[in-house]
Amino acid sequence: MTGRLHPALIAFAVLIYLFLMGPLVIVIGAALSDTGYLTFPPQGLTMHWFERIFEMSAFRRTMVTSFQVAAISTGCALVIGIPAAYALNRYRVQLPGWLSTLFVLPVLIPEIVLGFSLLRSIQVGAGLPVVSTLIIGHTLLVLPYAVRVISASLASFDFSIEEAAISLGSPPVKTFFTIVLPNVKAGVIAAIFLAFITSINDVSVALFLTGPGISTLPIQILAHVEQFFDPVIASVSVLLMVLTVIVMAVVERTLGLTFLTK
Amino acid sequence: MTTLTLRNLTAHYGATKVLDDLSLDVGSGELVALLGASGCGKTTTLRLVAGFLRPTTGTIQLGNTDLTRLPAHKRNIGLVFQNYALFPHLTVRDNVAFGLKQRGLGKARRGPRVDEILDRVGLSALAGRLPGALSGGQRQRVALARALVIEPTLLMFDEPLSNLDAKLRIEMRVEIRELQRANRTTAIFVTHDQEEAFSISDRVAIMEAGRIRQFDRPETLYSRPANAFVARFVGFENLIPLTVTARDASRVTAEGEGGIVMTLSEDGLGPIPDRFILATRPDGLRVSHGDHGIPARLGLRTYVGRAYHYQAETPAGHLVASGPLGQPRGAGETVRLTPEPEQCSILAPEDAS
Repeated sequence: MTGRLHPALIAFAVLIYLFLMGPLVIVIGAALSDTGYLTFPPQGLTMHWFERIFEMSAFRRTMVTSFQVAAISTGCALVIGIPAAYALNRYRVQLPGWLSTLFVLPVLIPEIVLGFSLLRSIQVGAGLPVVSTLIIGHTLLVLPYAVRVISASLASFDFSIEEAAISLGSPPVKTFFTIVLPNVKAGVIAAIFLAFITSINDVSVALFLTGPGISTLPIQILAHVEQFFDPVIASVSVLLMVLTVIVMAVVERTLGLTFLTK
Repeated sequence: MTTLTLRNLTAHYGATKVLDDLSLDVGSGELVALLGASGCGKTTTLRLVAGFLRPTTGTIQLGNTDLTRLPAHKRNIGLVFQNYALFPHLTVRDNVAFGLKQRGLGKARRGPRVDEILDRVGLSALAGRLPGALSGGQRQRVALARALVIEPTLLMFDEPLSNLDAKLRIEMRVEIRELQRANRTTAIFVTHDQEEAFSISDRVAIMEAGRIRQFDRPETLYSRPANAFVARFVGFENLIPLTVTARDASRVTAEGEGGIVMTLSEDGLGPIPDRFILATRPDGLRVSHGDHGIPARLGLRTYVGRAYHYQAETPAGHLVASGPLGQPRGAGETVRLTPEPEQCSILAPEDAS
């Protein structure tokens, strides 16, 4: 092998990058356009559409709802997911194999179906308020990710470390917080970010569960697109993208993303 | 007095019985090795004593305390694990201080004790490091210090040396023995390595299938195994079942498979029952010419330093014999194999053991 790459290969790689980056460039461009409609390439540059997001109360309100729902459902997913992942790994030998599969099942159910069945059962059926059903729905949605990522962390944790701590006089529950948790911190932090992003970006489940007056940001974007064709949509998209990129960058810098592929 | 007494311990993993009515007495300040192949129940025994498993039946007594139902964190047992099990997120010093902290000792009182023990295992210079930055031997010393600093009533080692290289293993086992002696701590040492167990233990329990097959001083185990299993375990490769056909004063004539006839003397071997197994190591079965002994056809010759060993086909089956270095013999030679009485053991027949 020589160190030189075939020009065709380089060209091919560049094309793939263009294909991947193209939509991002178009959305960012459209968000900066000073026309009153979506267009690319941008006709003149302005930050006006970003200001517009915050002037429109619908976007402000739904953004707050989205963040609240994401924060609470992430919290719920951790409260359920950490003990679940711990038990699945600690007692892997004793537990039947299908039990861990159980926690991945919600991923296999189409989100649309999940949203629809939640609407039928707990919103209409049990009469729960919108925000509560959203939180329940999103907890279900993000729990598999939380369990999976924390499990990956625990899989490489040597449980004899826990036994060592207990033998040295540390009670089991205290040992979990002082010894186990600090050693799977990376997985827990990653789970928080993943769960949060998944919840913030969700459309399918929220589509069924939001109603008049209460909505999430992606649903508001959808509603807005149906009525208007202004660059506000592009700027909201850019905002969400920037948020995601920041989160991913933080995860990458602190823990590396390799564990996601485990 | 901190003797450890195990009485009639039985343990199960699900429906599988892994310990079968095991009883064991470890004297105060004694180091006892549990020796056996994997799956023999040695680690299960250790985990029962540590409190990580509950016995199905039986009791565990340490000194005056009944441990059987006591939670693991209240047992005051120092454990050293095979993979060291150091806390990866704590420095060497904090690893060692962990047990003292659990005992409510303030920083001022922990400090000197941690320093002292780190000094004794030669790790003072590395106190601020994280375990990830240490070598295997250093990690094992931290594990040892961490277990010793709490002044445990009982020390337990679970295959502590099997992750170290050969030279370090010998160094560390001497170090372990010296520290255990100096503190007069009662100790249990689980291993599958016979040399390791024999070299540092006061007594060794040889285990098989959840039971102790023989519990004795290493010297006794090595020279006077109590049954065929232990005999094979300590290297008696030749087990020849025989039946007495004639007795004349202390001389016994016995016959075995394939029509072999042997004349043995009870003077050297002790009383010989009517049915028995003659057990020898290769060194206890000599290649000779003459008309006594087991007729054999020699096979492969191997050089073992002090002698040659020969694979031999005999009417009684496959045996391993030895011959002097001066006269190497070729494959295919027909010889006689004669046992050296002082290097033989008389065992009860297998079905009775």
